[in-house]
Parts: sequence; structure tokens; C-alpha cells
Amino acid sequence: MILETRGIGKRFGSVLALREVSMGVAAGEVLCVLGDNGAGKSTLIKILSGVHQHDTGALLVDGEEVRLSSPRDALDRGIATVYQDLAMIPLMSVWRNFFLGSEPRKGLAFDVARARRVAREELRAMGIDIRDVDQPVGTLSGGERQSVAIARAVHFGARVLILDEPTSALGVKQAGVVLRYIARARDRGLAVIFITHNPHHAHPVGDRFLLLNRGAGMGEYAKADITAQELTALMSGGAELEELAHELRRE
Amino acid sequence: MSPGTAPATEVAADERIARVGLARRLLIRPELGAVVGAVLVFAFFAAQSPVFRSPAGVANWLDPAATLGIMAVAVALLMIGGEFDLSAGVLTGTSGLILVTLATRFGLNVWLAMLAGLAVALAVGFANGLIVTRTRLPSFIVTLGTFLMLQGVNLGVTKAITGTVQVGGLRRADGYDGASTLLAGTIDVGGTSFRVAILWWLLVTAVATWVLMRSRAGNWIFAVGGDERAARAVGVPAARTKIALFMTTAFAAWLVGSILALRYTSVQANIGIGQEFIYIIAAVIGGCLLTGGYGSAVGAAIGAVIFGMADKGIVFLGWDADWFKFFLGAMLLLATLANRLVRRYAEEVRR
Ligand SMILES: Nc1ncnc2c1ncn2[C@@H]1O[C@H](COP(=O)(O)OP(=O)(O)OP(=O)(O)O)[C@@H](O)[C@H]1O
Ligand SMILES: [Mg+2]
Repeated sequence: MILETRGIGKRFGSVLALREVSMGVAAGEVLCVLGDNGAGKSTLIKILSGVHQHDTGALLVDGEEVRLSSPRDALDRGIATVYQDLAMIPLMSVWRNFFLGSEPRKGLAFDVARARRVAREELRAMGIDIRDVDQPVGTLSGGERQSVAIARAVHFGARVLILDEPTSALGVKQAGVVLRYIARARDRGLAVIFITHNPHHAHPVGDRFLLLNRGAGMGEYAKADITAQELTALMSGGAELEELAHELRRE
Repeated sequence: MSPGTAPATEVAADERIARVGLARRLLIRPELGAVVGAVLVFAFFAAQSPVFRSPAGVANWLDPAATLGIMAVAVALLMIGGEFDLSAGVLTGTSGLILVTLATRFGLNVWLAMLAGLAVALAVGFANGLIVTRTRLPSFIVTLGTFLMLQGVNLGVTKAITGTVQVGGLRRADGYDGASTLLAGTIDVGGTSFRVAILWWLLVTAVATWVLMRSRAGNWIFAVGGDERAARAVGVPAARTKIALFMTTAFAAWLVGSILALRYTSVQANIGIGQEFIYIIAAVIGGCLLTGGYGSAVGAAIGAVIFGMADKGIVFLGWDADWFKFFLGAMLLLATLANRLVRRYAEEVRR
């Protein structure tokens, strides 16, 4: 396990956002974290990425207990996070965004030629088909933008890639594109933590599934043990869904 | 075209680049509007006034372009970084007043007096930057505050020391000749004497362009102006970048203040008031967006040329100088409209 939690918990004042959650992810594996709105998914990954510090339980990186003091600390340990809002500057070109904050240097200067070349190569290696690395990121589609963010994290040596609902704002086709890049990152040996509340996005790509409900873990399932239908039913509470179907049925 | 198509089709990818088109590539260069504007303004005045297009005439209108241009370039960097500095104009006055007062009333060497002016200017820039980054208040308000305070200090201190609203007599001070040659002298080019300030302006523009396009700091400037939160999230030192930008503007104000003080050997206590908007206008004409994250140093320099040409051209044509204000407004309006189109082009969602 590269990254592991044991009975981790977090409270905001009187709100228990997360209670006793245990999970782990190994290299070359995709862990999907599923849960309804407010289940604590974002809180969990913010602990994993150093934005929040946990109050109870233990966080382990490479089997060693740590406290991540900041996002920078997490990054230095190879834990990269692609947030819902992406951290990209729309008016800046793809290559400028790609290296933002970690620009390659040549003497005093920003090695522009190398940045362009490497950005193009890295995107191609991930199978991302960008027409022109000089175009502003604002002109890319949502899926392309997610893909660039993923490629960036991979290039900068991430061992663990955390994605917070990368597919939630995307159409079916675009979501498929992003799922493909998740699979490719996995194939390159990264551990991927993929947060979503869509079981149909999670099931095809996930190796294991962690279900959260009202801040508590409801168990981890291996892919062999569960179908997409069962995932859906578990997430929403099967009985509730049947009741809904009943309610919505035509008389 | 869906991005999901297999990357095997290299040829298709090339076709798509071609469709973006050279025309659009050029159009989204921020300085395009300024270049077109400068050519038109030059043609307009040159056609009617032989003096305007003579070497002496060119030297004449390049001079105001140079002092304004140094400021406009610095202000453009700051605007690309997403901030304004309304205190920049008055700070040229403050720097000049410190220089002349220390050199003439306190017997300091001109070089030392300039150094003192630089220290104060950089401190003001640092304070502006620190307040803006710490409080997250709009820089428009923060620097409006410093603008008013400096305006008060300039007048109050000058009156207290000299009893009038100006200080003069710099020519007799120690070290005047050297400093004056370096900053306020002239150089001969083919029998026409050009102000040395023009060289400073070209140097400032070249350095600013290099920083913007070819340094890490340039990448950070675009980023903090484009989306500060996102920039921070990927590790850009946003606060440091912004403070450095405010200090750069202050440095430019000191340079221009010193150039003008050495040239005229006296400084009015109310100098520079109202100039801050002209800097911003020149930067906007040069392609800077008011919302930040986009613009160019060369564009701002060309924006300053347009002003220099109009400022002197109107005089050469024998028009009333009041027309300059009309011109100012018209240029600003045209430039903002052009920039809006450019931005829409640049951000246009494809398909
Ligand atoms: N900074 C905070 N202060 C107080 N309460 C918080 C804070 N962050 C999260 N919470 C609370 O913790 C709970 C879990 O929130 P979280 O954002 O982790 O949910 P989520 O699973 O990501 O939901 P969504 O699917 O809507 O993104 C919610 O009840 C939320 O209101
Ligand atoms: Mg969330």
C-alpha cells in the first residue's frame, strides 16, 4: 500500500464530517470512493492531499505514519490531486499551464523550448490528442482540460493521483475520455483514487470500491464481488430506490 | 471534433491546427491593436505636418513617449498580474521631490539623494503590495489611499521646507552633471539630438518583455492575474509575485521622477497627479485586459508612442491642446472595444 488510512476521522466544530474510515491503495490500482452529497468524500481526499489534517486515526504513506502539513508536503511525497476546479488558467497556453509553478530552467530563463516540447510529448504519451500546445486552455473542452491536468500530475512524478469528481460535469463521451486516461495512469503504475458519485463511471475502471455514507465507511468491495447495479443500490440504499421506483410508476 | 479520436491520425491533427488559422494567431497577439493604432496616428499627423515626420519632430514626440512609456510598461506588468496602482503618478513626484530636496536643502550628493528616493519609492511599492496581498482588498482602493496620502505628503512637506509649492536649484548640487548626463542628457543620431530617456524606455521595455515571455516570473505574472487561487494551488508564490510587481511600478516611478527632476532641475509638488490614469490607458491600448492575465509590455510601449505622437502632433498642427483629451477618450474607448473582441476570440469555445 502506498497510501493507507486506519480509522481516520475529522470534525469541523460540532460536525463529524468523517468517522473511522479505513482504506488503502497500491501502485497500479484504482480505488473508487463513492458516496452521496455530503458523505465526506471531499473531506477524505483533502486529508489525503494535505489540505486538512485528521483528528483521529492514522494516515500512512509507504507504511509509515505521517501527518501531511500542506499540499506541498503531499506533493513532495508524490501525492498529487486534481481538483474539481482544476487549477488551470484559461487565458494561458497549454504548455504554460502544464509547467506552471514548476517551470524548467535554463540559466536564469524559463526554458520555453523545452517546456513546449515536453508538454507535447507528455500529452502524446498519455494518448491525449491536443491540436496545439500554444492554444489557451480556455479553448479546450472540459474533458481535454481534465486530461491535461492528469498528464501534468503524472509528469511531475506523482505516485498517487487523487481525482475529485473529474467526470461530474462531463457528458457521456467526455467522461469516457477521462476514464481512459485514468486507466492509462494506472497502467503506468500510479495508484489512483477516483472520487465520484456515479457508479457507472466507477465500476468499469475501479479495482476496489469504498462506499461512504454520512461520514462513515460502509465497507470496501473488490470488483469481483460487486456489480454496478449492486453499487448503485448500496449507495442510495436499495430499499429507498425501490420505493422511489414505486412512487414514480404510472398508475 | 471529439478529443476521443485516436491519436493515430497525425495528419488529421495537422489539419485542425491549420483551421485555427494564422489570422487568428495574429489577432490574439495583444499588441496588434496598438500597432494598427500607431500606424494610423502616425499617418494622420505625418500627412499634414512635415515637421512631425522630420527627424527633429520624431525626437520631439519620442520624448514624452519615453517617460510615459517607462511607466506604462511597468503598469502593464502590474495589470497583467491583476492589480492597479493609482499611486504611481504621484510617486514620480515624491521621488523627484526627495531627490531635489535632499540635494539642495540638505547638501546631499545627487547620487545619494537618488538612492534615498529609490528606497522610499520601493518602500511605498512594498507597502502597496503587502496591504493588497494581506487584506485581499481591491488594489484600486488601497492605492487610491496611498495616492491621496502621497499627494498630501508631497504638498505638505514641500511647503513646510520651502514655503512654496516647488523645490529647485538642483543644477548647483554635487554630482548633478554625471547623473544628468546618464538620465536627462541627449545623444546625437545623424545630427538630431534625442533624449537619452528614450534609451531607458527601450531598455525597460526589452527587460519587461523578456521577463514576461522568457522567465518563470513571467509565467507567474500571467497566472496570478488570470486566476490567483489556481496559481496558488500549483505552488506559484502569488503574494511575492504581486509585491514584486508593485515594487517594479514604484521603481519605474522613481526612474521617471528622477529623469524629470534632473531635466528641469526643479519639481512642482503637485506633479504626476492624474498621470496614473494615462499609464493605465496606455497599457490598455497596448492590449492589457482590465481583468488581468493578458497583455504585453511591447503593446504598452506602443500605446505610449501613440500618446507621444498625439501630444506633440496636435501642437504641430496648431490645434488647441484641449483636443488631446478628446483623443485620449476616443483611443481608450476604441482600444477597450478591440480588446473585448480579442478576448472573445482567444477564449472562444471551439467547434
Ligand atoms: N470546512 C468545513 N466546515 C464545516 N463543515 C464542513 C467543512 N467541510 C465539509 N463539511 C461538512 O462535512 C460533510 C462532508 O462534506 P464533504 O464535502 O466531504 O462531502 P462530499 O462527499 O464531498 O459531498 P459532494 O458530493 O457534495 O461533493 C458535510 O456535511 C459538510 O457540510
Ligand atoms: Mg465533494
